[in-house]
Amino acid sequence: MSEAKAATMDSVWQGGGSPYAIGSKKFGMWLFIISDALTFSALLVAYTYVRLATPEWPKPFHFSPSIIFSSVMTFCLLSSSLTMVMAVHSMNHGNRKATVGWILATIAGGLAFVVLHVTEWLNLINNEHVTTSGNEWGVPLFGGTFFALTGLHMTHVIIGVIYLGIIAFAVGRGKFKYEDVEVSGLYWHFVDLVWMFIFPLVYLMSAKI
Amino acid sequence: MSSPVVHAHGAPQGFIRRYIFSLDHKVIGIQYYFLALFSVFLGMSLSVLMRFHMVYPDAKVSLFEKLWPTGAAGGIMTPELYLSLMTMHGTIMVFFVLTTAPQSGFGNYFLPIQIGAEDMAFPVLNMLSFWTTLLALVVMVSAFFVQGGAPLSGWTAYPPLSAVGPLSGPGEGMGQTLWVISIAIFCGASLMGAINFIATTIDLRARGMSMMRLPLTVWSWFVTAILGLLGFAVLLAAGVLLLLDRMAGTSFFLPAGLVVNDQILNHKGGSPLLWQHLFWFFGHPEVYIAILPGMGLASQLLATFSRKPIFGYRAMVYAILGIGFLGFFVWGHHMFMSGMNPYSAMAFSILTMSIGVPSAIKTFNWIGTLWGGRIRFTTAMLFALGFVSLFVSGGISGIFLGQPALDLYFHDTYFVVGHFHMIMGVAAIFGMFGGTFYWFPKMFGRMMNETLGKIHFYLTFLGVYAIFTPMHFLGIAGNPRRYADFTNFEFMNNLMPVHKFMTHAAIFTAVVQLIFVFNLFWSMRKGAKAPVNPWDSTTLEWTVSSPPPFDNFAGKHPVVNHGAYEYSVPGAAKDYIMQSDPA
Repeated sequence: MSEAKAATMDSVWQGGGSPYAIGSKKFGMWLFIISDALTFSALLVAYTYVRLATPEWPKPFHFSPSIIFSSVMTFCLLSSSLTMVMAVHSMNHGNRKATVGWILATIAGGLAFVVLHVTEWLNLINNEHVTTSGNEWGVPLFGGTFFALTGLHMTHVIIGVIYLGIIAFAVGRGKFKYEDVEVSGLYWHFVDLVWMFIFPLVYLMSAKI
Repeated sequence: MSSPVVHAHGAPQGFIRRYIFSLDHKVIGIQYYFLALFSVFLGMSLSVLMRFHMVYPDAKVSLFEKLWPTGAAGGIMTPELYLSLMTMHGTIMVFFVLTTAPQSGFGNYFLPIQIGAEDMAFPVLNMLSFWTTLLALVVMVSAFFVQGGAPLSGWTAYPPLSAVGPLSGPGEGMGQTLWVISIAIFCGASLMGAINFIATTIDLRARGMSMMRLPLTVWSWFVTAILGLLGFAVLLAAGVLLLLDRMAGTSFFLPAGLVVNDQILNHKGGSPLLWQHLFWFFGHPEVYIAILPGMGLASQLLATFSRKPIFGYRAMVYAILGIGFLGFFVWGHHMFMSGMNPYSAMAFSILTMSIGVPSAIKTFNWIGTLWGGRIRFTTAMLFALGFVSLFVSGGISGIFLGQPALDLYFHDTYFVVGHFHMIMGVAAIFGMFGGTFYWFPKMFGRMMNETLGKIHFYLTFLGVYAIFTPMHFLGIAGNPRRYADFTNFEFMNNLMPVHKFMTHAAIFTAVVQLIFVFNLFWSMRKGAKAPVNPWDSTTLEWTVSSPPPFDNFAGKHPVVNHGAYEYSVPGAAKDYIMQSDPA
């Protein structure tokens, strides 16, 4: 390492500032995301474990309506990530009104996802007779893993909707800074990212082809 | 250079804002400390009852019947009651003492001061984290008072028994459910604490406090927080799945055709081994969560009271990092007996024993620090020396248990009980005692009584070796663990006198702890007034008044010019240079 480079590293890490050049709140959110990612990883590992140990894992999701339906859900959630990017962008330019608008659009995307997801749950429970303890295919853990994974994810989406609601309210009243919006965006993108694992692993891999 | 990021909040007026729902890291640290103090006495009382029952299983004790009318009808403890005491002893000690006191208690109080910060990075999160921990403790203890009593499945809560409900035992109904809920709440509290500790250490160091000038206590709290951040996340997932198995009828940890108490269960497809993997992925790092703060503290105390710089500061830092890193790859050594591919067992075994390398680096560096020092035998120093002794004694037996061939024999015997009590239990508690005697003057503005402290140390040191050394011999002789009563086994007859000795030693050691409690509370009111720096230490907490002002440095921003342990520097005016002394 050259001497100049070592000197700059020293100056960043020698105390008196944030070495990652980000605020503590943003850093704290990244730490939370690391931890939460591990929680979801553990659940996905558990799912993989029981699925591999089961000879005939059911594949009940027809292209229509299940896969189309879940694809629409995915579209809603991914679009809400895009509107979140726009919200952060607007806040960066000091446009609070536009920020609130984009956050409300994000919340709408999240709510649409939740409503569709609950519909999907009710369809599975009422029409396909899948519960946490059993189903027609004789693999009770199909329901267990499905509801555990999607349920925990949906909890995150609902918390995110409430979180964004608070942010939108405060931003609208002239409170909170750019960093607060950006940090809430981090959380929202993370929740979307988790779905990008759950969607293929839970839905697509159990599609009836 | 800009001044450090300051999260200032003025000193609140009013008792409740100041001492109950306080945002001040110092008050929160003391709250954690007393939470752990309550828990440790609760846990210790349970262990004394267990030891008593083990050697006098037929004794009729009316107190037992008063406390547990069904579990001890007629004054005689049932095996189920014994198991519930064992479960609660382990759980309370591991989570609410070993995880809470050294990290959340001392760490909260001293990490910000030692790095020259006014408070933690997130004071509100800090307060929430304490109150969540208290809630978890209340939920855990309430398991004693529900139908069926406390759970029976040990602090590891192994399924299938922990997953099938009251069918598997009296405490496995509501009691076990409360256990899982409490642990899940505790995971949340630990997560909040971990985020706070890491962000504070990275972002709020005073000018000049580079990472390689951090006191080793700060390094150990920092790495412990990383372990907590990653470990508790996985325990939370495991807890959610266990709760689903119990409440929603899923089968994550329950295989097909399971028969419990003559009933075939309607579960299918899961595996108890899944729990063991998830649990120990947390459980092994948890061991280091308990011991690392003690290691940091021992380094601090040995350097201070030997009047020498810590031997090999950088090596010590890398050893802490190495132990923390390797700790995530060895969970399988808890499962050698659970059925494991021998090649996996070999890999886990090699990784396990490689942790001996950083551990040995630390031990030799501690001894190197002592070598040629002008040692001051204060009570705090005695406990630090006791820590090193117990760490070595407990660590040696870990090398035995890390080898599958030996573990097959030692597993689930008293050898294991002796091993982890020495290294994770008593060594960590010696670290807490050392920390109490060292930091008490700063926390409460008065000195603790050294004579009482030394009497307490010597009696406790003798006591814990008397309790836990014989356990290794019992284990080698084949004495199984988690049995309520050994009097009905012929091969155990010759070992019963050893058990009696240990029980008496345990009662003796428990009584001796009253000396400490007396010293603690007496010194708070009557101890001699503490000066700013009673031990001639170098770290930043010894530059401010005892106890420190609300914002720690009375509005000033300390600037650090020296490493953490500059003792006996040739040519210096005094035999120590404070970190904030001019360069």
